[in-house]
Amino acid sequence: MKFQVEPAPHIISARPVPQVMREVLYALIPAVVVYTWYFGAGLIVNVAIACAVALASEAAILRLRRRDVRLYLSDYSAVVTAALLAFALPSLTPWYVTVTGTLFAIVFAKHLYGGLGFNPFNPAMAGYVLLLIAFPTEMADLWIAPRGAGDGLSVGQTLAAIFASTPPAAGWDAITSATPLDQVQSDLSRAMTMSEINANPTMHGSIVGAWLWINLAVAAGGIYMLARGIIRWHIPLAVIAGLALMATLFYLADADRNPSPLFHLTTGATMLGAFFIATDPVSAATSLRGRLIYGFGIGVIAYIIRTWAAYPDGIAFAVLIMNVAVPAIDYFTIPKPYGARDD
Amino acid sequence: MNQDQAKANLLDLDEAPVGDVLTPTRRPSGFYGGLYLPTDKHELAGQPLETAPPPPHVVLPLTQHAGLPAIPCVKPGQRVLRGQQIAVADGFISANIHATTSGTVIAIDEQPVPHPSGLSAPCITIEADGKDEWCELHPVVGDYHTEDPVRVRQRVREAGIVGLGGAVFPTSTKLTARADINVHTLILNGAECDPQISCDEALMRRYATDIIAGARIVLHILQVNRCIIGIEEDKPESEAALRLAVEEFDDDRFEVVRVPAIYPEGSERQLIQALSGREVPSRGLPLDIGFVCLNVATAAAINTAVTTGRPLTERIVSVCGDAIARPANIIARLGTPVSSLVELCGGYTSDVDRLVVGGAMMGFAVGDDNIPVVKACNSILAMTADQGRSSKDIRPCIRCGECARVCPSRLLPQQLYWHAGSHDLEKLERYNIFDCIECGCCDYVCPSNIRLAQHFRFAKAEIAVQDADRERAALARQRYEDRNRRLADAAQDRAARIAAKKRKAAAAADIHKRRKVITDVMTRVRQKEARRDRTETQ
Ligand code: SF4
Ligand code: SF4
Repeated sequence: MKFQVEPAPHIISARPVPQVMREVLYALIPAVVVYTWYFGAGLIVNVAIACAVALASEAAILRLRRRDVRLYLSDYSAVVTAALLAFALPSLTPWYVTVTGTLFAIVFAKHLYGGLGFNPFNPAMAGYVLLLIAFPTEMADLWIAPRGAGDGLSVGQTLAAIFASTPPAAGWDAITSATPLDQVQSDLSRAMTMSEINANPTMHGSIVGAWLWINLAVAAGGIYMLARGIIRWHIPLAVIAGLALMATLFYLADADRNPSPLFHLTTGATMLGAFFIATDPVSAATSLRGRLIYGFGIGVIAYIIRTWAAYPDGIAFAVLIMNVAVPAIDYFTIPKPYGARDD
Repeated sequence: MNQDQAKANLLDLDEAPVGDVLTPTRRPSGFYGGLYLPTDKHELAGQPLETAPPPPHVVLPLTQHAGLPAIPCVKPGQRVLRGQQIAVADGFISANIHATTSGTVIAIDEQPVPHPSGLSAPCITIEADGKDEWCELHPVVGDYHTEDPVRVRQRVREAGIVGLGGAVFPTSTKLTARADINVHTLILNGAECDPQISCDEALMRRYATDIIAGARIVLHILQVNRCIIGIEEDKPESEAALRLAVEEFDDDRFEVVRVPAIYPEGSERQLIQALSGREVPSRGLPLDIGFVCLNVATAAAINTAVTTGRPLTERIVSVCGDAIARPANIIARLGTPVSSLVELCGGYTSDVDRLVVGGAMMGFAVGDDNIPVVKACNSILAMTADQGRSSKDIRPCIRCGECARVCPSRLLPQQLYWHAGSHDLEKLERYNIFDCIECGCCDYVCPSNIRLAQHFRFAKAEIAVQDADRERAALARQRYEDRNRRLADAAQDRAARIAAKKRKAAAAADIHKRRKVITDVMTRVRQKEARRDRTETQ
């Protein structure tokens, strides 16, 4: 009798990578639904464009690199990158912007470093930051007012705006060109107080409310991932703690010049960053202690950028900056093995 | 569990009075990492034990223990009896081997043995005569308590007993006192945590009294007054049986403690941490912190050896897995072919795919079942293709960190894997590869299906080879330098000698010259005097 000879262990129970990635996508569903409810079909179109480009470019590169196209394409990592990138874009982003960002994320940020598992930077955030720099107008000016604060756009108008850069017939009224974070930052820089800013129509309750609900939906997805063991609590908690700590300190020091911690936690990409972006395992720190440091750093840097730098939402930059710090963090947080503890 | 908890649970076992700190209901703190593995072995452990009939031949490898191979002390053609010694331990870390049935030694040669390498090794083959006749036995007569502990230990050594949990370290060596260490606690390991193996559980259920009796002997050998028995909480029957046995002996040195059923609790380091909150030093032994840890089966074997004089000739083997028709725990004598045990269990089902010696987590797959049962052989596990894991679809590491979360040695397997891939041996040591106990927890959870433990086995071997190479190189360099020095010394000597000779020659020449001058002068003086004499006489 002859038997198969394989090394131990002979059993495993892991959820394979494709399934992990699929669950990340499931976890995004509530956020997509809420986002679409507030901002219309633009997000879905952007996700579709990004996914198509991501899969096509990944397949092409895999072939160029002579890798097993089926094995790697089926890991869903490209789809996750595409979805996260699309999620960070304004809903009327022109198609060529989305395509550029996705191509950069997949080809440069991911495959030029060796593909899945080897990229030092979060590909979605690398793509996003490239777009912020290369297409500043498109990235800043194409936010439409959420449902309840504006008229909303039809699917036809959305498609026209994305593919033909045609202004919606209803006029540019629907386009506010500002999110609450933009508004606060620019108004504060004009020496306005928080109470004056809050009186501005752009800070209309339903706009702030829309972002609150989107962030809650994202957090719900994050909690789903935590419950399923797809991500662990260290990074999200540390990101939120870092941001909340900074916001609270400054808010307590001067409530009129600094938005509240709650505002910071529920606007922009805070929750997306905490649960979906910073938790990208490939580009995060490795040890548990390292991950706490990594996440905390992201929270603190995001606050600094939001408050003092030229970009309204600091999450993407914060993640990339901490990506750079990962090797150092890893170096200094090697855990003491069993039996080698200093008592 | 966090570090503070671990500290809070740290017991001062040197001080603590017996029965005070570890009450039977106390839930120990556990250890870092590990896994709850699904298991269905308890049913099997509850079934009656079967005894395998003596096979026509037994094949007894000379290495069934950690350390040097034993040296045969019989010759082909010689008749032997069961229990008769056929090979002698070679040194302190080695163990005697005994005939496991009566018959004739027909060969001492290379035979296939259960080993991960799949290679053959020297074995003694005995053709059974079917009489299964025991040799004359020498139990410790009377009460071992009055016997010198060293003599009792000697009996354990003679009986060829090794750790039966799988590590097969010679037991008497483990029981040898060291002047610098105060042993305070004996730990009996009843935490059989591999998801398939149930030989220890079967033993604990039925032979609890033998186990406790054996442990009492060990307490006498060690001159220690405390024994903690660690049992996993999913084995209530074993626990009850052991408690009952302890009661029977009415021995208050014993404590039965329940530990959570987390793999790899059967590893003595993890068990000690679960029971005491203490960690065995990284490169050290349990002995370094005053513990001696024995498997329950080892304790039972010690009892047999001391009270009946019978050496180790059989053990319980779990024959299990989806591809075994009728799984069972079998008392099998050492040297029995694995194939015949499988036959006894109704053979393989048609979809058998792999055969593992040992557990599903740490056992090694063998290509052939024509190998003998050895002392280490706690389980024969036959798996079907869908039960076993395959090396298909291995993906790159996504650094998810799940492996680090479950590693009981608190390592970073993903980093080790990275450095193993680039053969960066220095980094591997920096990331403490030698603290890896090869438990496979990291493999079990890796979503990329990476063969982590296997990479670490290779890497360790690679470092060992490199170290050996380095040592050899250092030795060679030393020799070369010594030789150079010798040559240089010789050359210097020679030069010195030549110089000395020259100096001597020169000095000789000098003296010669001076002498010549003197003689010349003398001659001249003498001539002058002669001339003067001549003139005076004229
Ligand atoms: S579990 Fe596997 S994929 Fe995850 S970090 Fe460890 S080695 Fe990498
Ligand atoms: S095999 Fe080694 S690295 Fe993996 S979990 Fe076990 S001890 Fe840790």
